[in-house]
This record gives sequence, C-alpha cells and structure tokens, in this order.
Amino acid sequence: MNKRMFISAAAILLLAAAPFLFSLFYLNLLAEILILAIFALSLNVLVGYTGLVSLGHAAFFGIGAYASALLSKEWSPQFLVTMLASLLIAAIAAAIIGLFCVRVNGFYFLMLTLAFSQMIYSFVHQSTTLTGGSNGLSGLPSPVFGTLDLSHPVFLYYVILLVFIVMYIVLSLMVKSPFGHVLIGIRENEMRMKAIGYNTTLYKYAAFIIAGAIGGVSGALYSTFNGFVSPNDVYWTMSGSVLIMVLIGGAGTMIGPVLGAAFIVVLETIVSSYTTMWTLIIGGVFILFVVFIPQGIVGFGRALTKPSANRLSFSRKAKALVKKEANQ
Amino acid sequence: MDVIAAQLVNGVSYGMLLFVITCGLSLVFGILGVLNLAHGSLYMIGAYVAYTMTSQWFENFWLALIVAPLVVAVLSLAIELILLRPTYHLGHLSQVLLTFGLAYVIHDVTSMIWGSDVLSIPLPPPLSETLHLWNQDFPAYRLFVVAAGVVLAFCLWFVQEKTRWGAIIRAGLSDKEMINALGVNIKLVFTAVFLAGGYLAGVGGVIASPILGLYPSMEFQTLILALVVLVVGGLGSIAGTFVASLVVGIVETFGRFLVPELSLFLVFGLMVVILICKPDGLLGKQVVRH
Repeated sequence: MNKRMFISAAAILLLAAAPFLFSLFYLNLLAEILILAIFALSLNVLVGYTGLVSLGHAAFFGIGAYASALLSKEWSPQFLVTMLASLLIAAIAAAIIGLFCVRVNGFYFLMLTLAFSQMIYSFVHQSTTLTGGSNGLSGLPSPVFGTLDLSHPVFLYYVILLVFIVMYIVLSLMVKSPFGHVLIGIRENEMRMKAIGYNTTLYKYAAFIIAGAIGGVSGALYSTFNGFVSPNDVYWTMSGSVLIMVLIGGAGTMIGPVLGAAFIVVLETIVSSYTTMWTLIIGGVFILFVVFIPQGIVGFGRALTKPSANRLSFSRKAKALVKKEANQ
Repeated sequence: MDVIAAQLVNGVSYGMLLFVITCGLSLVFGILGVLNLAHGSLYMIGAYVAYTMTSQWFENFWLALIVAPLVVAVLSLAIELILLRPTYHLGHLSQVLLTFGLAYVIHDVTSMIWGSDVLSIPLPPPLSETLHLWNQDFPAYRLFVVAAGVVLAFCLWFVQEKTRWGAIIRAGLSDKEMINALGVNIKLVFTAVFLAGGYLAGVGGVIASPILGLYPSMEFQTLILALVVLVVGGLGSIAGTFVASLVVGIVETFGRFLVPELSLFLVFGLMVVILICKPDGLLGKQVVRH
C-alpha cells in the first residue's frame, strides 16, 4: 500500500512539474490526455465496474462541451460556474436518457445508448441557431477563475490537472465504497445481486448518472481547452474512441483508462504526422488488443510483473519445485 | 387524401428498404448472437462496389445487383473465417467489439478507394419512369423496392419455415448446444449465416444507393436505423423485422413530411415507447439476457 502511495505521489509531482519540463506542444498534449482520461474514467464506471457497455458516451461529453461553450459565451466565463453547470446539465441529461437505457441489458443497452447519442448529434448538427450546426461554436472567451485569467496554457494546464486529480480521487473512493462493490456485483452476476435484495436497476441508474455527469465535466474541459466545439465531439467516433481507450487501457481498473487515453492520444499524434488513415490504425490496433490482449495494458502489465498470476510461470514454479525435490 | 396516399407509398417503400438492409443483421444477431456493428460497413461496400460497376465496368444496374452482393458475401466469408471463427471463445461482447474495430478499418479503406465525395448511382432505365396510379405519380423504382422487399421477406420466410436449412437455423436459434450434439456442424451454420447476412447487406447497399446516395459515414447512419428496426421488431424474428421496418419507414416518412426537424426524434421516440411497453420488441421472443 505504501508503495502505491509513493507511486501516486511521484506521478502527481511529475505531472505538476510538467510545465517546467516540457515544451508547450507536449504540455498541450498532456492536457488533452488528462481531459480524455477523465472522459475514459467516467465511461469506465459503466463499462468496467457495472458491466454495461455504452456506445454513446460522447452524448454527455458533447452536452458538457456545448453547455460550457454556450454558458461561457452567453453568460459568464467563470470557470467554476461553467464546470458545475455543465456537470449539472450532463447529469440531468443522463438522468433522462438513463431512465430508458438502464431498463435493458447487453446489446440492447449498447444499441440504445448509441441511438440516444446519435439523436443528440442530429440535434446539435441541425440546430444552427443554438449550436452553430456543423460549424460548431468557435471564439469562446478564455476562462477566468475569480479574477485570474486562465488564458495562459500553463494556468489552464494546472486547472485541468486539478480537476483530473479530484475526479480520480472521487472515482477511486466510489469504487472502493459499498456502492462501488454493488456495481461490481452487478457486473459479475446481476441475478444474484437481485436475489440478495439489491435494487440493481436503481444502482445501474445511479452509475449511469455519475458516468454522464463526469463525462460532461470532461467535455466542458475539452471545449474550454480548445476554445471551440464541433459536432464531432458528439459523433459516434468519439463514443467509439473513448470505449477503445477504456478497453485498451484495461476496463475495471482505475489506472487503465488513463493509460488507454494516453496511449491513444500519443499514437494519434505520432500516426497523424505520417498518414491520414487514423481510423484504420485505431481500428486495427483495437482488433489486435481485443484478440490478443483482452485485459488491456494494465492486465498485460500485471501478467508480466506478477508472474505468479499466470499459468506459464505457474508451470515454471512447478518445474522448479520438482527440481528441488529431485535434488533432495 | 392523395398526398397522404403518396406519402404512404413512400413510407412503405422506405420501410421495405430498411427491411432489405436490416434482415441480414437480424439473421446474424439471431443465430450467432453477435451484433454485427460492421453490417453498415458491408452495406456501404455493396453500394460502392455497385457504383464502380455501373459507372466504370459495365453500365448495367441489374448485373451489379447480382454481382456486387456476391463480392460482399465473399468479403464477409473472409471476415467470419479470419476474425470471428477463431474468437468464439472470447464471448459475444468481444466479438461485437471486433466488428466495431472492423467498421473503423472499413471506414478508412472505403474512403481511401472511393474518396470522400458524395456519389450517386442513376436509376436503372426501365424504373426511372414514374407510374400513374390512382391519379398520382409514383416513381417506379420505389415500387420496385417494395416488390423486392416483399419477395425477399417471402424467400426468407420460406427458407426459414419450409426447408431443412431453415429448420437447422431455427433450432440453432433456440439451443445451440443441442443442435451441435445432434450432429449439425454449428460452426458451418454460423459461417453460412454470416455469409448470408453479408450478402443481404450487399443487396441492401445496391438497392438503396439510387435513393439514398453514397457518402462517407453513410454506414453508421444506416446501421443506427437498422438497430432501431432491430429493437422495435425484436430479436431474431424475420416477421418482427418486417413489421418494424414498415412501421419505422412510415413513421420516418410521415415525420419528415409533417415535422421535418423532428423526424429522427419521432423514430427514436417510437423505439423508446416500444422498449417501455414491449421490451422484447413487437414480435420478438424473450430477449436473451446478457
């Protein structure tokens, strides 16, 4: 446990020191990773812990992004205000959509979430007066925190880092809480949880709202960070990308989605300097992961570092034991 | 009154179009238990191959209607053998994710081959006319689509209910282990059904292209409508898919006619209502809980 605390402290220190270590390009890359990591973490509540695979999580990302953009444009660029309002609006949207989605399981859940996100996409795409249609909204005012202007990338980076740490801690606590354990129980065997007496639908509903709300926060951060929103943020490719991040990183772990987000963003940055076929690359990489490394980066890393966990090393251990006995 | 009749014909033809597109998806979902998220991509490939055939190789729509779906069928055979057959042990969800990754790959491959411009296939000559019925002009091609949908539905019904293959498929739908134990090579059935699903997706792509056109990201628009039909109709039921296609087609067409901005919401609203009132779809069997 101490080792884990040490690693977390070191990671936070390193992230906090990043503006002094990296150039602006890498700092912005890091900020994008952190934002998408929050997004992936929010989806992980559903996919990893509750066992509900959503293919429409970009709906909440987009709602958060547009809510924050519209609020900062029309009302107030106060960072805290836009963040909290986006969180609230995304939570309300999740409460409405979740009402329908949590009634169904498996593929039906996947289809319904996809359908709802496309519905929101078509609204955003068509409603030119409110959302700017296919052009999106640009020229968003730079955020302010109290009287502090956050237009400087380093300030913005620290704010994003702070939100990321808060969200990570909140979700870690939630996962370890009795509530989180019920969610894991639903993932493992919903029927049994029902039999014990849990109202699993209610728990799934709560998980859906939490995931939606935090997804909204990440979307709000994203539009604040970029200074614009476009309908692409709500499109199915965004839902797909974040699902891929969670699964490649390792669903059902806290660090997995963060690593997945980092992996995808870094890969995209590298690939995009060579080719425009990004969708092809991400699809191919994803297929390879699903077939060969289904536990994701975290599971793969664990299998490497803790040899006792896998069968191969078990046989190695057994061989050693046999040798030992033979020597005696 | 005439306007309503005209819209009704449009709705029915659109519904039949949806049926041609969705029936393959429904078939594959029913038998393999895998929701093929690359179904829209196969549909798109069918449309693009037909485009290349009609515009560059031979200017015959009908030949393309026969050949292009076969190309898609061969492709889906390859997909089944290379991607799905070795991964059945991973479970259905992983396989759905595989098809999703595949949809990503195909998305870029098609835009690499055919570019990202909006393309269209002209209506085939005898059907580019309009027919004059009940004091109304109807595009003949739309009536052809209706006929094609009905014929296809009949063929599927006939195969499923009256032939040995259909019996095997129905048996596989209700109990895979048992049909395997009875000596039927269930893997072969899976491959054949996936091939048929790909073929039907290709047919849908060719038939739809003169009406809906060809453009990048067409596959997901189609896939989502197909998923709506699937949910409304219920799992693994050709009759359910047929009825749902008609309902969705008519609702969408009238929606677009009466409240253009809200047509998509009407369709999704219909799906939501169905899910609340009849979670297993209009004619579906008990949903296999995941």
